[in-house]
Amino acid sequence: MDLSAINPILLIAAMIAAATPILLAAIGELVVERAGVLNLGVEGMMITGAVCGFIIAVNTGSPALGFIAAAVGGAVLSLLFAFLTQVALANQVASGLALTLFGLGLSALMGQSYVGIKPPRTEATPLGALADIPVIGPIVFGHDLLVYLGLAIVAGTWATLTFTRAGLVLRAVGENHDAAHALGYKVKRIRTAAIMFGGACAGLGGAYISLVRVPQWTEGMTAGVGWIALALVVFASWKPWRVLLGAYLFGGITQLQLNLQGAGVAIPVEYLAMSPYIVTIIVLVILSADKSRAPGSLGRTFHASS
Amino acid sequence: MKFGKLLAGAVLALGVGGAAYADGHEKTKVGFVYVGPVGDGGWTYEHDQGRLAVEAEFGDKVETVFVENVAEGPDSERVMTQMALDGADLIFTTSFGYMDPTNNVAAKFPDVKFEHATGYKRLHPNVSTYSARFYEGRAIQGHIAGNMTKSNIIGYIGSFPIPEVIRGINSAYIHAAKVNPDVEFKVIWVYTWFDPAKEADAAKVLIEQGADVVLQHTDSTAPQAAAQEAGNVVTFGQASDMGQYAPFPRVSSIIDDWAPYYIERTRAVMEGTWEQKDTWDGIGPGMVGIGEISDAVPADVKAEALALKTALADGSYHAFTGPLNKQDGSPFLAEGETADDGTLAGMNFYVEGIEGEIPQ
Repeated sequence: MDLSAINPILLIAAMIAAATPILLAAIGELVVERAGVLNLGVEGMMITGAVCGFIIAVNTGSPALGFIAAAVGGAVLSLLFAFLTQVALANQVASGLALTLFGLGLSALMGQSYVGIKPPRTEATPLGALADIPVIGPIVFGHDLLVYLGLAIVAGTWATLTFTRAGLVLRAVGENHDAAHALGYKVKRIRTAAIMFGGACAGLGGAYISLVRVPQWTEGMTAGVGWIALALVVFASWKPWRVLLGAYLFGGITQLQLNLQGAGVAIPVEYLAMSPYIVTIIVLVILSADKSRAPGSLGRTFHASS
Repeated sequence: MKFGKLLAGAVLALGVGGAAYADGHEKTKVGFVYVGPVGDGGWTYEHDQGRLAVEAEFGDKVETVFVENVAEGPDSERVMTQMALDGADLIFTTSFGYMDPTNNVAAKFPDVKFEHATGYKRLHPNVSTYSARFYEGRAIQGHIAGNMTKSNIIGYIGSFPIPEVIRGINSAYIHAAKVNPDVEFKVIWVYTWFDPAKEADAAKVLIEQGADVVLQHTDSTAPQAAAQEAGNVVTFGQASDMGQYAPFPRVSSIIDDWAPYYIERTRAVMEGTWEQKDTWDGIGPGMVGIGEISDAVPADVKAEALALKTALADGSYHAFTGPLNKQDGSPFLAEGETADDGTLAGMNFYVEGIEGEIPQ
């Protein structure tokens, strides 16, 4: 065993980067679910975002444009889900699953000629002298813009849901869509907006994988991150800060267990491999002992006549 | 993830079912079950190349179908059953974890021939197994890796702790230590065949912990990208050439060439001569190919590696030749003794010199 091989600064920095795709996808899905819609298509929107972002970044040479394209791609795909569930009143679970399958297939098709290409490098945010501070510099100030954007989205989501009228309306639609409708709120319009927000966030998360973490395009490369994000929203009891905590725990322990394995720590590898899932679930379950519950109208189809 | 794959598998299987034909049986129908996407650039990609070679060889006389991203376990059993129901005459199941499902389904369809890659169970007369002696390629990789490393730390991304993977680690270590006794192996098990983000993470961790050569036994090219990003890390293509990362970081590769075997077995089914057998071919018969050794490797090392390849191919040298001890110091092979196939097939121990434990 040689724990000195693990560099704690690099470990924490890697943890933050590893958590970002899950965080982005989960915070988007949180908003969707708070609006009363269960979109199981996160994986499909992520992978579509991953390929859209990759294609645009490679062709323009600009990762920033790539990320914008990823958000747009994810949002456009989510419109399909919005159409199915809000206009055609299809079952949300089935539509969400279909969206995942469709996204996986579509992205494989779109990405066919992009296998083995190297995307332009996403640089760390130029924070000047801040990044040179020992220890704190590389951990807090050495990241690319998406990491900070992810944090900003969490903070913004929390503030909007808690303090603003728009947040209140969104939550009202999610808790009881009939009451919200009776008050004159446009349930479908609000839900469609929330779904698109969720799609854009998932797309960003996917592009973070294809442009920063791996970085390359491979079919099916999100490999289940979307499903983890979905589970995280539930275990975080639909609260933004808990999503952040859960994502960092999951990303952090994933990194930690890889590091421990590399350092030859004498813990059976099976336990290390399952630890991210177990620890995240335990912590979030303990936190959710405060009787938090799902939004009242979650997953229910709304029609103005009912 | 499992759930997603399950549904993907189920729906694809339905799609295959929908495309089933009802025009008698003049065409031979060959099914393929893949663990990853055909575009993974590695393992599944090469199997699909084999499928395409079958199509090219037999043209209209054959029809092939495949289902990708099939999770190992019960999902694969459903996919195979559906293929058999749809009239497949021969089904290739191309991942170790399909071993029991393949045998289960074979029991229900005695007229359908099954070919399971990298397994060892042939419980029914209609099940054959086939694999390649990847460890021969690993010997060459180990030789190059031992010469190329400056930090003397070689990272190894393991998928699952099964004999096939352990054999590869041992073979690479033996030949790396032979040219560089100070070499140390760091093994990280990722418990997946295909997850680019996780593979990239594992590669980055190994690099952060000092490895300047990274070997992988997973299917995607993500570790290659991570090594390229790091700049001074050597890698090897796995299962496929991964030539897009040549000449550096990828300095050579193991290429699985399934096409001749797939063509031979399909022909056997067509001619009614198919019989159960266990095939385990290496560099000699061409099932294992060694990708071009790039100029990043010094010329003398390259020459030695090619000589090693020749010796492995003509059988004058065996990758597991004594004297060798097991990790705990107990004797494994005496001077000049070579490992028999039974020992190799069930290998569940590290050789002396590798640190760490194999997850059991």
